Amino acid sequence: MTNTTQTRHIPDRLHSRAARLFKSWEALLFAVAIAIFVVNSFASPYFLNAWNLSDATFNFTEKAMIAFAMALLIISGEIDLSVASIIALASTAMGLAVQYGAGTPELVAIGLTVGLLCGAFNGVFVTILGLPSIVVTIGTMSLFRGISYIILGDDAFRGYPTSFSWFGQGYIYWVFTVEMLFFVIIAIVYAVLLHKTNFGRAVYAIGNNPTGALFSGIRVARVKFILFLLTGLMSGVAAICLTSRLGSTRPSIATGMELEVVTMVALGGVNILGGSGTIPGVVIAAFVMGLVTFGLGLLNVPGIVMSIFIGLLLIGVIALPRLWAMVAAQRKARKIA
Amino acid sequence: MMRHIPVREAILASAILLLIVLIASRFAGFVTPANLANVFNDTAPLIILALGQMVVILTRCIDLSVAANLALTGMAVAMINVAFPGLPIPFILAIAVTLGAMMGAINGVLVWKLNIPPIVVTLGTMTIFRGIIFLISDGKWVNSHEMSPAFTGFPRAAFLGLPVLSWIAIITVIAFGVMMSRTQFGRSIFAVGGNPHAAVYTGINVGRTQFGAFVVSGALAGLTGYLWVARYAVAYVDIAGGFELEVVAACVIGGISIAGGIGSVGGAVLGAIFLGVVKNALPVVNISPFWQLAISGSAILIAVAFNARSGRTKGRIILKSAEVTQ
Repeated sequence: MTNTTQTRHIPDRLHSRAARLFKSWEALLFAVAIAIFVVNSFASPYFLNAWNLSDATFNFTEKAMIAFAMALLIISGEIDLSVASIIALASTAMGLAVQYGAGTPELVAIGLTVGLLCGAFNGVFVTILGLPSIVVTIGTMSLFRGISYIILGDDAFRGYPTSFSWFGQGYIYWVFTVEMLFFVIIAIVYAVLLHKTNFGRAVYAIGNNPTGALFSGIRVARVKFILFLLTGLMSGVAAICLTSRLGSTRPSIATGMELEVVTMVALGGVNILGGSGTIPGVVIAAFVMGLVTFGLGLLNVPGIVMSIFIGLLLIGVIALPRLWAMVAAQRKARKIA
Repeated sequence: MMRHIPVREAILASAILLLIVLIASRFAGFVTPANLANVFNDTAPLIILALGQMVVILTRCIDLSVAANLALTGMAVAMINVAFPGLPIPFILAIAVTLGAMMGAINGVLVWKLNIPPIVVTLGTMTIFRGIIFLISDGKWVNSHEMSPAFTGFPRAAFLGLPVLSWIAIITVIAFGVMMSRTQFGRSIFAVGGNPHAAVYTGINVGRTQFGAFVVSGALAGLTGYLWVARYAVAYVDIAGGFELEVVAACVIGGISIAGGIGSVGGAVLGAIFLGVVKNALPVVNISPFWQLAISGSAILIAVAFNARSGRTKGRIILKSAEVTQ
């Protein structure tokens, strides 16, 4: 964006499909995931244990649910930093409903509705008022969590019905959790939506050139509004899972999760400036982040130190290919000279 | 003549005045000079950081690592103070500014040389800096009794009726006023944000200007790191957690366009003061401090909606004279 002197290299012929797949971001990331897996299984004897690995998935399933919707939003050139605050508000609303005797179906409905409403609120500001999404969602990030604080103060909601714990603590079969099932279903839905439908093509078109997309007949505002709705909805789903898993609601729930979600999306190879990215990439990124945190946790590395690794990973995976390209370009230039 | 009055700043200033009048109607003690000076002193770190953030946002970037930078520098100088209690304050200040500037330079290099989007870079460095605090401090706190009296006394020392902390904020505001309007660096910041392509053609190195902006923001974060730790006389991993968003909020409320190129020193300062007044007024007028987050969130939304309305130009500016009459 800022480098105006950069020229675009157009190859004489396209690489074969296999070569492209091999050289893709997803392949690189997959190799990283395998490497982390292998290193971890050597580093700790407790790593290769089905139950431990199953527990480890909680590190990323909830974040990944949001990350899929966020990926679409970022590809379209927008961003939503309020997702963690939507979780807080949805969770608070569910906790409030429990005080009035709501059962599990009502709680789920409330969680999803609050998520959708928050997404719609963001969407109205961005698409109807035409404001930059980063600023709007920094604002709603404070607003949504602020409402939770007004309702709860330094209190907590507890007493969720027993059947509600199924979402965050239940198992489908053996070590496979309910959250894993959600993760897989949501990943497939978003992969199909982005890669196989007109809507998905529209998302890419908008991200690459919003004006061009508008003139080719895409209802840009409507697509973006739907993407904000979806991100809100997914935050609602994540709120249900997280609340069910923790069994209580505090206004500080999921603090800082928005940054982890964005990290996951960026790590997954989605261009933060919009226009490109894939759902499989985000899926692998979710596993990479989950494995890193889990492996380091087994080695008794404190959470805050793990965040160093996540930060380095985020910058590293983006910086290294660019450094590589720069070095290659310099070498080429020297060869020509 | 009318065009010389910055409308946005005037409206924001009157909003702050109105707010103060409203508070005063419920609690007259709020408007005593001593209390207002207190509020200003309390807001000083936010003002200093908002100015640094303003420079970064003007160049079409964003710096989310300022609070982590602040906390890391604060911890570093606190530990230096524990190890060498005799080290004079000017040295501490120099170390803090240098350390902060170095962290800013890391952000700047990644944005400049590798072209990584600033939001990704600073998200990453934010978590890395926080983690490093834990590594160097081992998760322990540095408490007030471990710090030397000179170290903790400096920001609170009174000079001409105001604490040094307030004076540093005032000096920073003046320095930025001069820098943004009178120096080549200041003008190139506006040029880069307003139109990077045009800036390149006028001989401005866009990347280097952005690098400079990150260094400035980092240096101010470092300076504030020392002031923060000394003022509250405690250093630990989580100090100023989430403060980066408050800083961005101050800029947004102050009318600095997140798309770059539009903004002023006065706006950033007023935005910070607005948040500072709200924060200090809530307990006074008997509103639970838990309202603060929601209020600042609403303020951001109102401010950005308002700025977008007033900032919408009617047509394309072709002639310079047409631009002047706007």
